[in-house]
Amino acid sequence: MEIRNLTCIGCPLGCALTVELDGGEVVSVSGNTCKRGDDYARKEVTHPTRIVTSSVYVSGGAIPMVSVKTASDIPKEKIMDIMASIERVKVAAPIKIGDVVLANAADTGVDIIATKDIPAVS
Amino acid sequence: MYDVVIIGAGVTGSASARELARYKLNVCVIDKEEDVCAGTSKANSAIVHSGIDCTPGTLMAELNVKGNEMMEPLSKELDFSFKRNGSLILCFAEEELPNLEALFAHAEKNGVPGCRILNKEELHEMEPNISDEAIAAIYCPTGGIVCPFGLNIAMAENAATNGVEFRFNTEVRKITKSEKGWMIATNNGDILTKVVVNAAGVNADIFHNMVSANKIHITPRRGEYCLLDKTTGDLVSNTIFQLPGKYGKGILVTPTVHGNTLIGPTAVDHDDRDATNTTAEGLAHVCEAAKKSVPSVPVRQVITSFSGNRAHEDHHEFIIKELEDAPFFVDAAGIESPGLTSSPAIGVKVAGIVADLLKPEKNPDFNGTRKGVLDPKSLSEEEYAKLIKEQPAYGNIICRCEMITEGEIMDAINRPLGAKSLDGVKRRTRAGMGRCQAGFCSPRTMEIISRELGISQLEITKNGGKSNMVVGYSKKSVEEEA
Amino acid sequence: MSSYDIVIIGGGPAGLAAAASAKKSGIDSILILERDTQLGGILNQCIHNGFGLHTFKEELTGPEYAQRFIDQVLELGIEYKLNTMVMDITKDKEITAMNRTDGLFKIQAKSIILAMGCRERSRGALNIPGYRPAGIYSAGTAQRLVNIEGYMPGREVVILGSGDIGLIMARRMTLEGAKVKVVAELMPYSGGLKRNIVQCLDDFGIPLKLSHTVVAIKGKERLEGITIAEVDKNNKPIPGTEEEYSCDTLLLSCGLIPENEISRSIGVDMEPVTSGPIVNESLETSVEGVFACGNVLHVHDLVDFVSEEAATAGRNAAAYVKNNGSLGEKSKEIPILAVDGVRYTVPKKIHVNRMADEMIVRFRVGAVYKNCYISAYLNDERIIHRKRQIMAPGEMEEIKLTKEQLESFGNLENITVKIEEA
Repeated sequence: MEIRNLTCIGCPLGCALTVELDGGEVVSVSGNTCKRGDDYARKEVTHPTRIVTSSVYVSGGAIPMVSVKTASDIPKEKIMDIMASIERVKVAAPIKIGDVVLANAADTGVDIIATKDIPAVS
Repeated sequence: MYDVVIIGAGVTGSASARELARYKLNVCVIDKEEDVCAGTSKANSAIVHSGIDCTPGTLMAELNVKGNEMMEPLSKELDFSFKRNGSLILCFAEEELPNLEALFAHAEKNGVPGCRILNKEELHEMEPNISDEAIAAIYCPTGGIVCPFGLNIAMAENAATNGVEFRFNTEVRKITKSEKGWMIATNNGDILTKVVVNAAGVNADIFHNMVSANKIHITPRRGEYCLLDKTTGDLVSNTIFQLPGKYGKGILVTPTVHGNTLIGPTAVDHDDRDATNTTAEGLAHVCEAAKKSVPSVPVRQVITSFSGNRAHEDHHEFIIKELEDAPFFVDAAGIESPGLTSSPAIGVKVAGIVADLLKPEKNPDFNGTRKGVLDPKSLSEEEYAKLIKEQPAYGNIICRCEMITEGEIMDAINRPLGAKSLDGVKRRTRAGMGRCQAGFCSPRTMEIISRELGISQLEITKNGGKSNMVVGYSKKSVEEEA
Repeated sequence: MSSYDIVIIGGGPAGLAAAASAKKSGIDSILILERDTQLGGILNQCIHNGFGLHTFKEELTGPEYAQRFIDQVLELGIEYKLNTMVMDITKDKEITAMNRTDGLFKIQAKSIILAMGCRERSRGALNIPGYRPAGIYSAGTAQRLVNIEGYMPGREVVILGSGDIGLIMARRMTLEGAKVKVVAELMPYSGGLKRNIVQCLDDFGIPLKLSHTVVAIKGKERLEGITIAEVDKNNKPIPGTEEEYSCDTLLLSCGLIPENEISRSIGVDMEPVTSGPIVNESLETSVEGVFACGNVLHVHDLVDFVSEEAATAGRNAAAYVKNNGSLGEKSKEIPILAVDGVRYTVPKKIHVNRMADEMIVRFRVGAVYKNCYISAYLNDERIIHRKRQIMAPGEMEEIKLTKEQLESFGNLENITVKIEEA
């Protein structure tokens, strides 16, 4: 039996959650005051994911960096791998929101996409 | 081989340099910092004292009153901000009235014109926000306020355009007498000169004591200040002093030439000449004691605080003379308050001493006027519009709080002895000196410095040395492209 | 002199939403004046996700959220000027502005919407003692340097203040390779969202020290280290609790201040609690035809509420213009009293005849309240009594008032909003 302690992010209350696990399976969630806490705890202990945001170098635009994000959640333990994968990425303006700046980042199957329009400037 | 080397590019050194530029002399000013006005000259009350509180018969009294007289014409010649706003010395207790009278008697002895004693009614009519506890005051109409950076930079720039050389980041290690003159060993090599002017502020005793057996001793006396937002600019119109008495030396409340309110200073002796840190106790004391004069002083409107070290010599007197046991070594030491006020007169006195030693010819090409960084806000709307048409950078506001344009920042960087750092730009233009304290404008000012000086933003400092603003790039890709 | 029906000061989230709303309400002559190089305001540097859940029912990053409104403004053909600083506005709504291409110019507006946003509280305003070396940044300045310019302000970081910008920057600096050593918070609770504490601090093992503040700053050129100490109930440092951290960077996330210098130049009455203008039910300031919305009015927690509020201001400005410079007859002015834990309300006063059928009153509480009620009274009669499991100063609260309810209430003198214990 494994015990994991979490802070719920569902609302400002920030309930202290206790999750009991057995062989990777959730046995019980306690400490939560609503359903959202239960849902959060189950996902967070079995399959925590995050969106990663950063910015990468863009040439030919009015600003030197274009903001980017993972197109969807990636496993939490892959955050630093994602960051390493974009360390040397360079793109050229024009860039539109949603443009893929790096496909299948860090073998997660998730693309890195632009989150800002960067028009080309002469 | 120089005729004169001046150690220190503060107000004393810069005033001396400008006065010496009137002669055909090869003059060099050296300073350990990256810019002029980097020590005590940048962190003080910014007051042009009337001279009433100096002990009669002292050199301080003489040069204070002279410096005060010189300040107004000088501000026009050299284009810096100065205002004769008047000063008041408040008395809070009946039993201290004799002290007020005694101080008032200095006015005549020191030659301070126009002073008079105000009763409570007159005082409150003049300054409605003054404490009800104040029962009388001495009014000194010649008291004034000045931009200390403006004064210092103007004198240095004017000296430079008249041929004086400035060497920064040059720290004196040793001074020795040789056959040819004085040899000054620095981190940037040896410098040979006939005359040394020691205008090293809080460090002046170190250099004096290197060459003289008659030792002097300077104590750094910390003064802490709080600067209030411009919304407080009409709190008082005069500079408000407290009569020295049983409550200690007192804290002043004054408008600044730029429309802020300044409160301070504390006076705490310590032993670290470079310690320009503020302290929790000091700042708390300033805020509390200012309320004694002006109870409504809105201390929540503080936008920054700072601390400066006065160069307090044990005898509390200016030492301006050639040393008896070190010929051609001229002290301008012990320059504490009223040093800023006195600086123009100190410059004249120092130059006079040096001229007596070297008997130089007059410099016929000396031009004593200088234009400061153009402030477009001083122009009429028509002139301003014309300026932007000719130089669009004057239409681009960089510092939102003080409304400083790209044109002014470019001017500050590209003029003689131009700014090389963020603080250098700030002291020449006020960009970053407002209520957000450079939060918005520092990245943009860095871009402009980088472009104008052709240096990487990684090299840009706050105020020289290792005070770099950024330490690297966020990504390898950016570094590769840079 | 050119003239416009509505001039909007600021092209951030508030200005953009106000412009779009005014245009949709039938006004064609609209101009946005923006001081930065692009529309979108501070959202351009808020590259993290978490924006727009209320408005778009999806999680966007700051730039994406901004672009949705920029697109609207462009599609609606609304005029805007970038790199343009407003220098002055008179009570008669004559605006003096400046930029590189037009120089110094004047515009006559029939109505003005103030949407200038806010600035960060600086080290100076916090009056933190110590030296003044390089390496002390407000969190937002560092955010711009890292996210837009690509520079690292430092490598070893301490953050003072646990507002959301500070938390977000803890994560950003960590992701970009810096070591964030600690986040210190003066108050016994964080000013930021729980989600940000978990995902920006806990995810990276960054400690959060509540009831702590910076008491000393070391380093004469570049920052070398700071000392934090625990504070007592009066926020005074407790001797003996000092801890030193070596660091080259101190980021400050200690509150935001509405930027109302222009508002003051117009002469609008200000609310000391919010540092924003006092507004009525129409979000109109004490100067008729001058409206305010977004963070210049009061600092918001979520941009969605900024957009919503700004749309209201835009609609009302449009109505003012269409009605020839008037919002119509005024019924009696009813004050909204903020008491017992409610720090302020926006609006602060209402004319019932002018209010929309449903009006949102936003406010913040002064402390953390658990299992308490938000109550609203018309004179002495309680009309709202809503239980909230948790309320915190970091989160904005709201109640809805309906016109019908207020109109049908006889002899209304005032409205009171308060927090009541269970």
